[in-house]
This record gives sequence, structure tokens and C-alpha cells, in this order.
Amino acid sequence: MNNATDTLIPAPRTRVTDLTQRSHTARRNHLIDQTFKYLGVAATFIGLIVLAYFIIDIAIDGIGRIDWDFLTSLPSRKAEKAGILPAWAGSAWILALTAIISLPLGVAAGVYFEEYAKESRMNHLLEVNIANLAGVPSIIYGILGLEVFGRLMGFGESLLAGAFTLALLILPIIIVATREAIKAVPSTLREASYGLGATKWQTIKWQVLPAASGGILTGTILSLSRAVGETAPLIVIGALAYVPFVPSGPMDQFTVLPMQIFNWTSRPQAAFLTNAAAAIIVLLLITFIMNGIAIYLRNRWQKNLK
Amino acid sequence: MSKKITERFIEGGLKLSASLTILTTIGILWVLLSESFIFFEEVSIVEFFTETRWTPLFESKHFGIMPLLTGTLLTTAIAIAVALPVGLTIAVYLSEYARPGFRKSVKPMLDILAAVPTVVYGYFALMTVTPALQAIIPGLSGFNSLSAGIVMGIMIIPLISSMSEDAMQAVPRSLREASFGMGATRFQTSFKVIMPAAFSGIVVSVILAISRAIGETMIVAIAAGQQPRLTFDPTVAIETITTYIVQVSLGDVAHGSVEYRTIFAAGITLFVFTFALNTISFWLKKRFRENYE
Repeated sequence: MNNATDTLIPAPRTRVTDLTQRSHTARRNHLIDQTFKYLGVAATFIGLIVLAYFIIDIAIDGIGRIDWDFLTSLPSRKAEKAGILPAWAGSAWILALTAIISLPLGVAAGVYFEEYAKESRMNHLLEVNIANLAGVPSIIYGILGLEVFGRLMGFGESLLAGAFTLALLILPIIIVATREAIKAVPSTLREASYGLGATKWQTIKWQVLPAASGGILTGTILSLSRAVGETAPLIVIGALAYVPFVPSGPMDQFTVLPMQIFNWTSRPQAAFLTNAAAAIIVLLLITFIMNGIAIYLRNRWQKNLK
Repeated sequence: MSKKITERFIEGGLKLSASLTILTTIGILWVLLSESFIFFEEVSIVEFFTETRWTPLFESKHFGIMPLLTGTLLTTAIAIAVALPVGLTIAVYLSEYARPGFRKSVKPMLDILAAVPTVVYGYFALMTVTPALQAIIPGLSGFNSLSAGIVMGIMIIPLISSMSEDAMQAVPRSLREASFGMGATRFQTSFKVIMPAAFSGIVVSVILAISRAIGETMIVAIAAGQQPRLTFDPTVAIETITTYIVQVSLGDVAHGSVEYRTIFAAGITLFVFTFALNTISFWLKKRFRENYE
């Protein structure tokens, strides 16, 4: 369905020489058509060019600040001594905990919708609900996490409270990715498994999930990359801006890279802004690497599926 | 027999995971409603919507959400003004002009724009875009909705372009062939045949982009300022609903005070807006799918 125009006959291309014989209107239409083509190319790349300009600008500001000390030092009130060790350690903790919480839940829910759910009002409601949850602003998840995980469950401002909050935030993305991946598994695989006498769950466990794993993994990595870049929900649950220690367990207080960047960006001194630029380079590297891995996995998986 | 029980057990577990998502929604509604309820016992709902000042953290307290709302709508409008023309042009170009190979390689690149953490965009808006704009607009304040809105617009370009393009791709090719057969150019076909046919899909993409912009936090928190102001002037500092929630969360407001509860009142206002937009888009999407499949 998506490839409707792939096989489409090319639109009529008129040669320039023909134009002299054509009416004024036709020539004008052709000119508009050609102009729009260049406008389209320009629009396609303008966002990327602006982003590239931003990144170069930031690299110039921050690259000189990145060294071993910056990566392994605690934050400090003196900008030139401050480092991002607690921030990236916190981000790593959050990444791992969020994955552990959200992956089993998201995959289980995705499997249920694709393989088990029958047409019913309840299931329809659940599907509408997931679509809606995907559109809830992240800061609202922060308010939920603050009250439910922070206060009600007593996790306070710990890594666990942050990870649960972010896990709920990315759950809809993982569910949708799981469903798409399962949909792409050819039905012949299921039929062969049933033919050999396997039960439904055995078929899912040994045939469907392994075949869909590439797609699920891609979606999960993309959603985790989003979680690593999130700031607002963690601010609301009370993640600290100044953390002079490396968290050693899930109940410890924490900060993450985006929080550290936000904190440094809000300060008036230029030296802290340089620190922010340097930390942004590290965060962008993490984001781009995760996205790169996801795209690579997706391409490989799609080839294997064919 | 035991096999059957295992199967049943697993199905139950999977269903439970799926049902957990509804608990999230119930949790959000419960938290926002219960705290807002107490808030509106102390502050009249009429004052909330008609008062033109928002100063819960000051000595003289006023609880009018309007300045936060106008701030939110202002940055959103600027973002859409940037993202809509660019995003639609990209969608038409990729769907109707570009080769399939080009489209396939460009789409993941455009997605990068939405993958960059928003705190990074906030830094760009504050440190790169505002100084650049100050060179053109002399009166531009250091914090303003213009640069925050523009940068937010860049971020949501792929949201509009990708979904609009999908909608255009779903238009049956017979419509294109008929148009070309009548001697129309690709430009005429795109704008007079394909766009109207894909209209509901395009509207869905724009609604979702608006919803995303309304809920966006870090760009506006960093670059648009923290001054609730009832204005549509894009050159001065304002405050959005999301920024206010961040501001209170960073400060040391006592839990249980009316100041603390303002974030739930602000939160539910935000939730109502995004929920309404998401519901409309979901409903439109359903109808639009039925048209073509």
C-alpha cells in the first residue's frame, strides 16, 4: 500500500524544445512544476542543514572541554572542575532499569493484541487507550510518577521512581513496535508450527517471537533512546540537579545527562554554558549511536524476513 | 491437561500486561483530578479562567491560567507556522516527485530531527537562534517565544512530513493517472488531486503536531522565559503551562500547599487540550482508513 507510486508511470516530462510550440499556460505550468521540484529538495534538507549548523556550533563551543577529567569528575561549583560522571552513570542506570521494566510488559501486551485479542469492546477500548497514551505529554507522566511512584509507593526521588515513570512513558511505543513486528511475520511460519502439533504459546515462543525479534529490538532501542533524552518528567519527580556522588543502587537519588545540561544551561556564567555544550556532545553521541544501531538492525531484519 | 492450564495461564498474564496500560490512564486521571479538586475548593474555577494574572508564587496571589494558555498557544502557533509549510512541501516532494530510493534513504534522516533530545534544542534556541534573531530584530528579549517556537517547529517537521506523506501514498494511483491523462503537471496533480484526497490524513498529522507542541517542555523552559504574560507579542519573555510545572518542580514549594496544587490544575488543563486533540485525530484516522481499505 505504501509503495503505490513505486511502479507508477513517470509523470510526463516535456522537453524544452517542445515548449516553444506549446501555449503560454503550459509553459507556465511546467515552470511552476520545475520550481516546486527544487523547493521540495530545499525543504527536505533545510531542517537537516539547520541541525547540522547547530551541531557544528555546539561542537566548536564544547569539544575543547571534553577530556578524561570531564567524563570522570563529580560536578562542582567551579565550572572548570565540574564533570559529568554522576550524570552519565545516572543515565546508564535509568537506561538499564527502564529497559528491564518496560520490555517484558510492552512485548507481552503487544503479543496479546496481535495473537490473542478478539474483537470486543474491551479490546477496542484498550487500543484507543494506547493510542491516546502515546500522545500524553511527557511532563504529565512526570506528575503521575511524582504522586504514584514517588509518594504512594515511597520510591521518593530514586532511580526506581524515575525508571518506572519513563517505562510507562515508552510503553506505548514498545507495544506498537511489537505489534508491527509480529504482523510482519509470515503466517506460513505459524501454520507449519501448528502442523507439527505445537500449541499456541509454543508457536509464539519458538517461532513468532524469534522471527519478530529484530523489529521488537529496533522499536525498543528507539524508545530507550527517547527515554535517555527525557528531562521534564524527571524534573517533576524531583531528580536532583546537583548530585556529587555516583548512584550505587536503584533506591539512590540521581541525576541524568539531560538534567545536568539543563542545570548548566540555566546558569549565567559562560563557563557553565561551555560545560553544557560539552555534555550535549556526549548526549548526542549516545542518541545517534542508539538510533544508528536501531536503523541498522531494522534494515538487517527486514532483509532476513524476505 | 496441564498443557492447557499453562496456555490459559500465559494468556491471562499477557492480557494482564495489556490491561496495565489502562491503569496508566486511570492513574493519570486520578492524580490530576483528585489534586485539582482540592485546588478548586480554594480557588474558584471562574477566577481560574477569567483572571488575567498568574502569580501563585508571589506575595499577592492570582490564579488566572490565561497568561499560561496564551504563552502555550503562542509558541505552538509559531512552531506550526514553521513546520506546516516545510513539512507539507517535503511530503508532496517525497510522495509525488522523488524516486522511491531517495524517499527510503531520506525518511530515516528526517527522523533524526525528532530524535534529538529537546533539552539540546532548548540550548540551540537560547544560544544560537536568539542571538541570531537579535541581529535582525533589535528589541528581541533574551528569552522569547519566537526562537523557542521556531526551534520547536524544526523539531516537529518530520511529524508532519512523514504522516502526510503516508496519507498521500495511500491515495490510489488511478487518481494520479487520470490527472496526468488530462495533461496536468505533477504540481497540479499534487495540489488539486492528491492533497484533497489525502486531506484527512494531513489534518491528522497537523493535529498530532499541535498536540506535541502544546506538551513540549524543555525548549520553552530554556528559551521562552518564566514570565506569565497575557500577550501575543513573540519578542518578549512568556511562560507556558509546561514551563510553569517545571518551575514549581525545581523550586521548594511545600507539599500540600495551594502553590503545590497549582501544578495539578495546570497539568489537567494541559491534559484536556492534548487529550481532545489526540481523540479527534484518532477518530479522523479511523474514518480515513475506512475510505481506502
